[in-house]
Amino acid sequence: MSKPYYDAADLRKFGKITEWSEELGTKFFDYYGKVFEEGALTAREKSLIALAVAHTEQCPYCIDAYTKDTLQRGITKEQMMEAIHVGAAIKSGATLVHGVQMMNKVNKLDG
Amino acid sequence: MATATKSLKKQGSDLAQSNRQLEILSNGIFKSGELPTFKDKISETSQFPLKAKKLEILQINVGYMCNQVCDHCHVDAGPDRKEIMTRDTMRQCLEVIKNSGAHTLDLTGGAPEMNPDFRWFVEEAAKAGIKDFIVRSNLTIIRANKKYYDLPEFFKKHNVHVVSSMPHWTRGKTDKQRGDGVFDKSIKALQELNAVGYGMPGSDLKLDLVYNPSGAFLPGDQAAMEKDFKKALMEDFGIEFHNLFAITNLPIARFLDYLIASENYEDYMYSLVEAYNPAAVENVMCTNTISISWDGYLFDCDFNQMLELPVNSKSRHISEFNEELLEGRNIVISQHCYGCTAGAGSSCQGVVA
Repeated sequence: MSKPYYDAADLRKFGKITEWSEELGTKFFDYYGKVFEEGALTAREKSLIALAVAHTEQCPYCIDAYTKDTLQRGITKEQMMEAIHVGAAIKSGATLVHGVQMMNKVNKLDG
Repeated sequence: MATATKSLKKQGSDLAQSNRQLEILSNGIFKSGELPTFKDKISETSQFPLKAKKLEILQINVGYMCNQVCDHCHVDAGPDRKEIMTRDTMRQCLEVIKNSGAHTLDLTGGAPEMNPDFRWFVEEAAKAGIKDFIVRSNLTIIRANKKYYDLPEFFKKHNVHVVSSMPHWTRGKTDKQRGDGVFDKSIKALQELNAVGYGMPGSDLKLDLVYNPSGAFLPGDQAAMEKDFKKALMEDFGIEFHNLFAITNLPIARFLDYLIASENYEDYMYSLVEAYNPAAVENVMCTNTISISWDGYLFDCDFNQMLELPVNSKSRHISEFNEELLEGRNIVISQHCYGCTAGAGSSCQGVVA
């Protein structure tokens, strides 16, 4: 079987991106770390947002990482699935709301 | 995780052998150099060899018999384990307790209450007037049989500090790790402990809970977890307790078996190594603890006891206990030690850094 595009073990190597562009890589990881610190939102709330976005972005690395992170924070599977539904609702809503654009265009062309 | 009914030893599993476990922990990703060994890692910050400081905690394992067969158990405890401390060995322990400078006595198992001489030992040990006298109770033992129903009163009478495992505030997660019905029995036991005064705000009857993850991931922030546990247990069941200790599962015995069977071993070791915290090494529990096995041998910690790695000292048995000789000894280490140095660290008293 040919090698798949995504390899779960590659997530462990994420930090290595810094090796080919130290300044930008370091700035990114500093920023990333800062974003997830406890702030006006709790680290737990941020982890659930990240889990939902990981799904809307369909990033397998992020899904692995934030599934583990949410479990570590004691978040239940029901809470995790609800967060994903929030992401899915926004994603489908974002598709559907463009239906108004379609309706506007139809009305203009054929109204 | 699926719930087992027999210990690895009873199943005749390869992993019941401590040398097999040590072999796994030394080979693979550690032998190939993909991950640094614990020795190399602590050497980076000049913390090798790890040395024992002044003895503060005597942890006595009074036997591996238990009424539960928890998936993560590092002792591989269960109803089929017959290793039990005798009264003679307990007498030798009492001599040490009376003369030791340790401020904490910590009884563990298995379910320590299942040792037939448990109550005698507690009564005698309580007379030594040690500052903090801990019994690690799995809670369900209190509801397991009529002969244990009075344990909350017994603990109270001897001013025992009760430390109990509670993997989650939800039934599903708790029963998955510890067996069907464990959650309901644990809740009932906690309510009974509360009823005699344990865990109540301001009460001297200390009741602490131990959280350890139900799968192949590390514990979250101890303070945040404690807040969640307190809120959920109070709202759902009116239960009070004092502190929550978040403890990392060490990759030995049944947890190691689970990690390998579920193909999580390498990822888990990566998580531990990535979360390595040199500050946690400073206060790791083996530096102020002696663990005593059911047959009286001395170890740096309960994990080393299960891996059959005895203390590196001439004083190796309770019959020849020598606090001076033990202080300053080199701690025996292997890759399982990463479990105590990840993140905020982990010990039988929770985080250390």
